[in-house]
Amino acid sequence: MSTAIEAPTTSFRLGMLIYDTRYRSLTIQVVFLVILVAFFVWLVDNTVHNLSLQGKDFDFGFLFVRAGYDINQTLVEYTNDSTHGRALVVGLLNTLFLAFLSCILATIIGLIAGVLRLSKNWIVSRLISVYIEIVRNVPVVLWIVLVNAIMSQSMPEPKDFRGETPAASMILFDSVAVTNRGVYVPAPLFDRGLGSLELGMFSVSLDLLAIIAVIIASVWGYRRVQASATRVQHATGVRPVTWWKSVLIITLPIVALKFALGFHLAYPELKGFNFNGGLQARNSLIAMWIALSVYSATYIAENVRAGVMAISRGQTEAALALGLRSSMALRLVVLPQALRVIVPPLISQYLSITKNTSLAIAVGYMDLRSTLGGITMNQTGREMESMLLLMGIYLTISLIISSLMNVYNRSIALKER
Amino acid sequence: MKKTVLFGTLAAAAVVAGAAGAGTLEDVIARGELNCGSNAGLAGFSAPDANGVYQGFDVAMCRAVAAAVLGDPMKVKVVPLSSETRFTALSAGEVDMLSRTSTWTYSRDTDLKLDFVGVNYYDGQGFMVKKSLGVSSAKELDGATVCIQTGTTTELNLADYFKANGMTYEPVPLKDNAEAEQQYSSGACDVYTTDASGLAATRATFADASEHVLLPEIISKEPLALVVRHGDDQWADIVRWTFNALLTAEELGVTSTNVDEMAAAPGLNPEINRLLGTEGELGAMMGLSKDWAVKAIKAGGNYGELFEANIGASTPIGLSRGLNALWTQGGLQYSPPFR
Repeated sequence: MSTAIEAPTTSFRLGMLIYDTRYRSLTIQVVFLVILVAFFVWLVDNTVHNLSLQGKDFDFGFLFVRAGYDINQTLVEYTNDSTHGRALVVGLLNTLFLAFLSCILATIIGLIAGVLRLSKNWIVSRLISVYIEIVRNVPVVLWIVLVNAIMSQSMPEPKDFRGETPAASMILFDSVAVTNRGVYVPAPLFDRGLGSLELGMFSVSLDLLAIIAVIIASVWGYRRVQASATRVQHATGVRPVTWWKSVLIITLPIVALKFALGFHLAYPELKGFNFNGGLQARNSLIAMWIALSVYSATYIAENVRAGVMAISRGQTEAALALGLRSSMALRLVVLPQALRVIVPPLISQYLSITKNTSLAIAVGYMDLRSTLGGITMNQTGREMESMLLLMGIYLTISLIISSLMNVYNRSIALKER
Repeated sequence: MKKTVLFGTLAAAAVVAGAAGAGTLEDVIARGELNCGSNAGLAGFSAPDANGVYQGFDVAMCRAVAAAVLGDPMKVKVVPLSSETRFTALSAGEVDMLSRTSTWTYSRDTDLKLDFVGVNYYDGQGFMVKKSLGVSSAKELDGATVCIQTGTTTELNLADYFKANGMTYEPVPLKDNAEAEQQYSSGACDVYTTDASGLAATRATFADASEHVLLPEIISKEPLALVVRHGDDQWADIVRWTFNALLTAEELGVTSTNVDEMAAAPGLNPEINRLLGTEGELGAMMGLSKDWAVKAIKAGGNYGELFEANIGASTPIGLSRGLNALWTQGGLQYSPPFR
């Protein structure tokens, strides 16, 4: 006897789209999609319509027009004769530079604060808790303004460094001047420089490339020495003495390069209104860098704490039982596992640091938002184009950072075999 | 998700732009209030008084327009705008007019689709330094650190001036006058540059005002004008002629104190009669009442009265009329005839 239920033989009716559970979800999805698409079409159409009503067209030609304004911090060649497009690039590089510096400092502070918050020392852990709770519960833009105000209000003016008995003096053997216009540090100069490499729009310093290449080669050599020592240790049970080889490999090439290029430092000197001759880290950069780092570090500290606490105590105890010192237990057993918990939220911290650099206008740091989204937009009146471009660029930067960090995350993730 | 955000912004922009379309006069009357973009705080031009009500020379222009259109000079919502956001706010319809020390330039007039309807202050860009710096000319400023409001014409003039004179400088871009004032007074920059009127206004707020000097060089022409959007000619006419009414009133000796008396009955001077609506139908031609100019003049006085009360020689700002004197007294302020 067959118990199979016969499939309904009735033909398809329109009502089934709603009442038949087989079709209902499909119907809802299609309807929703149609509404969504219609909404976007209306948006774009409305925008185009209203732009034409105002007599405005949609044109990125302004990027190739002379900018006419000056930018104080330029990582690549820029004058007021350059184009708006180049001002955009200068701003973009300033944004990336600030984001890079902030990510590094925030990670260092965050790591230290996170570990210290777990400290058994009551005072230390309480102090760190107070730091984290106070700093992260105040909007970051206020910290930025605060640091900037401290720098510009309480540091001496350049003219205070003048005279027989100056009111202020340079620190670190007269090499660094802290003023209310920023911090002046010695600048590296090369007597026999290699010149620079012209890459279309940009010129890259060959000296810098040479230094990077030598450092990479040294690190590679150092690792080769360590690896061969390990091989010998595995074969014979005795690790050969390598420290002098390591010291030579790390220091000798860079010192040789330094002499070859005629490296020397140009110290900042007070000339006219300002210090000249050194590198200037402007107040705006310092304010953004310190405030963003200290603020984001609080979140990173909590990530680190969460990561370490996620590793069961048994792991540490087992490592200690095997005879590892506690520092080695932290480095070899706890941290590699903790990183798996720490890295994913760290990615989003890096992203938010990068996006928060757009607060730079508060202190007049010339980032992408201040050049393209500020002066250029204002002088050309291309709000729509500038804003879309700005959003596109930030989106691209964020996606690149997040994919790079995801690659790193995969490399440390639990390998399942 | 990210796409949604992008289109969301587009949507917001589009909706705001859409609201800007129709007749501004009808909008203002329906709203019962004039939205007027001005400075957040520039002493003498636009700054809140002790009661938090915006006062000043620029705000007085808004009040005159509000009085002409709505009959009440206080029916003005002063919208404080930064130099960066002002034109966007006007284009988007957030404000009906700008009276915010905005320089009339070619590209703003044409490319930004704005209409500059009346120059209420002829200005020029100057420099302010501390006396202790010992500088007596802008030509001595090579290598100086200069505070500047970002997004303004002064930024471009500055670049041009230093370039033409073969000098270098270090710009400190700041977002508004308050920020610039703070940076300048703390010594984070040697020089503050903006329109000379703005410098005078800023200097007036310093406790040690006598310790600061304005350098003699004026490096640009800055006709600061009242601005409206392109495309609404009726509204542009109203703002233009309200301003002209204030000028003409000064020229003809009509003041806030004698305007009622003069408007009570037609006098001997036909131009005064036409201005004050006791003769002819000038108001109706713009869609306003007969006595629109009477109300505008009563709001604060004629051009000369407004100047003296807000920024004139007797105020802490202490500006002399200079270029802004009437044409009959050797200045540039000149109104076309009311006819």
